[in-house]
Amino acid sequence: MEDFSFMTLLAVFEEIFGRGLFWTMVAVAVAITLAYLYVLIRDRSMSMRKFLLAQLSMPFGGAAAVWFVMIMTSSGFRDIGGPIDWIVLLGVFVAGAVGFAILVYVAQSLIRGKAPEA
Amino acid sequence: MSDLDHFTASRRGFLGLAGAGGAALALGTGAAQAQKQRTSARILILGAGAGGAAIANRLADRLEGAQITVLDGKQEHWYQPGFTLIAAGLKPASYATSSLAGWLPRGISFVNDYAAELDPEANRVTTTGGQRIDYDYLIVATGLVLDWDAVEGFDLSMVGPENGISAHYASPELAEKSWHALDRFTDQGGVGMFGRPATEMKCAGAPVKICFLGEDIATTKGNRAKCEFIYNAQAQNLFGVPVIHHRVRQIMDERNITYRYQHVLKAIDPGAKTATYITPEGEITDAWDFINVIPPQRAPQVIRDSGLSWADKWVDQGWIEVDQQTLRHARYSNVFGIGDINGVPKGKTAASVKFHLPVVEDHLIAEIAGREGTKLYGGYTSCPLITRIGRAMLVEFDYNDNLVPSFPGLIAPLEELWISWLMKEVALKATYNAMLRGRA
Repeated sequence: MEDFSFMTLLAVFEEIFGRGLFWTMVAVAVAITLAYLYVLIRDRSMSMRKFLLAQLSMPFGGAAAVWFVMIMTSSGFRDIGGPIDWIVLLGVFVAGAVGFAILVYVAQSLIRGKAPEA
Repeated sequence: MSDLDHFTASRRGFLGLAGAGGAALALGTGAAQAQKQRTSARILILGAGAGGAAIANRLADRLEGAQITVLDGKQEHWYQPGFTLIAAGLKPASYATSSLAGWLPRGISFVNDYAAELDPEANRVTTTGGQRIDYDYLIVATGLVLDWDAVEGFDLSMVGPENGISAHYASPELAEKSWHALDRFTDQGGVGMFGRPATEMKCAGAPVKICFLGEDIATTKGNRAKCEFIYNAQAQNLFGVPVIHHRVRQIMDERNITYRYQHVLKAIDPGAKTATYITPEGEITDAWDFINVIPPQRAPQVIRDSGLSWADKWVDQGWIEVDQQTLRHARYSNVFGIGDINGVPKGKTAASVKFHLPVVEDHLIAEIAGREGTKLYGGYTSCPLITRIGRAMLVEFDYNDNLVPSFPGLIAPLEELWISWLMKEVALKATYNAMLRGRA
């Protein structure tokens, strides 16, 4: 590979989404992560009730991520060819699922506040 | 400059984008910024396509005090790897167009005109407007010209669904008209003719791709039974690299696409809907309902008149006589070539441009600094060879016809994969744009 670096990757992402949108998305992801850390520190523990709902929401986040990628790329499940395709598909699903779970957990914590553990 | 559909510049970047971002990020170490080289050299870049714009950005970044001039008469920049997607109805014409001047760096001089005369003995170019530009170093990045007149009976005004004629190499607008022709053909059925010219050409995979895409679209519409697909190869193979030829032949067999070797399009008759091909057995004339025309390709006349071309190779085409590895002119050491214009056996793709850039940059800057350049170009050419909407094969090869996969063991070059399609559809244009800005 010629001249590949982290900067190249950033440049490509900026080109895909546009500089403003890309860094906004990075900022949103960082903000959600920070909010997650904030509620964890504030509550001093994971709320298993909130975590259960977050876990239950994971398949929806994963499915939504896969659906988004397929729509955006004019492709479908019939195009999955070799092992790398399954790995990528799984990666997209897992990323969507984990991201959505964190979002759901944070949203519950921020909206409902610190709930007493059952 | 440029190319039609081949391209894979930051291929690991693509992989990262396609899902393994974390792994790709771990590879990153940050580009080492070279110190700026001071010079008062006058550098003239002919052409502001993929190669010209990118090298202008790279040189502006590396040099201080240089007088860099870019000469190009076009107003628009065309993202040519997108033409296949436009011709398959997946993108609008606007997908491939942008303002040419917007890609050029600040601090250089852009002359919006064409070269009329190039004198490498006097180190001088004269524009069609009469402006004289003297240079110390010349970078030829003009790209090539499509010789439509060489196809008898054909005119670009014929392109569209009314005549069943496609010419997706011509321009973004004509690629879109070509889609309407393909759309109608795959609705109504009949005989579809595909093929490639006998000259060197940009993106030798594009003629195959549009044939595969047409077959896929007809199948999706449920009209495959009434469509016949015929691919006319100019040589005794379907692709110049033997291992890829065999794979393409296998797919054409599987999908019932007829292929004929040594059939070169000579003329078409749009009224009678026939095409005449030159074959070893003489001329033959066939009927069609749809035909995709790709004409012979040559160096621009100003280059052919300049004395930069090979005297004993490609004499009907005029590619410039550069060293295969350094891309430096064999007779004029202050002249370099980037992209389609280079008289080398492979490399008329945007992915090749990506690999030409660091080599030319290195040798030019070394020369200015009084050193010897060290980087070499090995013939790297690549192509996300689309086999249907949603799948492609990421073929990459070099001068020796060896496959040079960027992700050995991960992305199989001869396997039809979704990830290779994702690269083409999502990451390619972004990487191309980053390359133009000198950032990839």
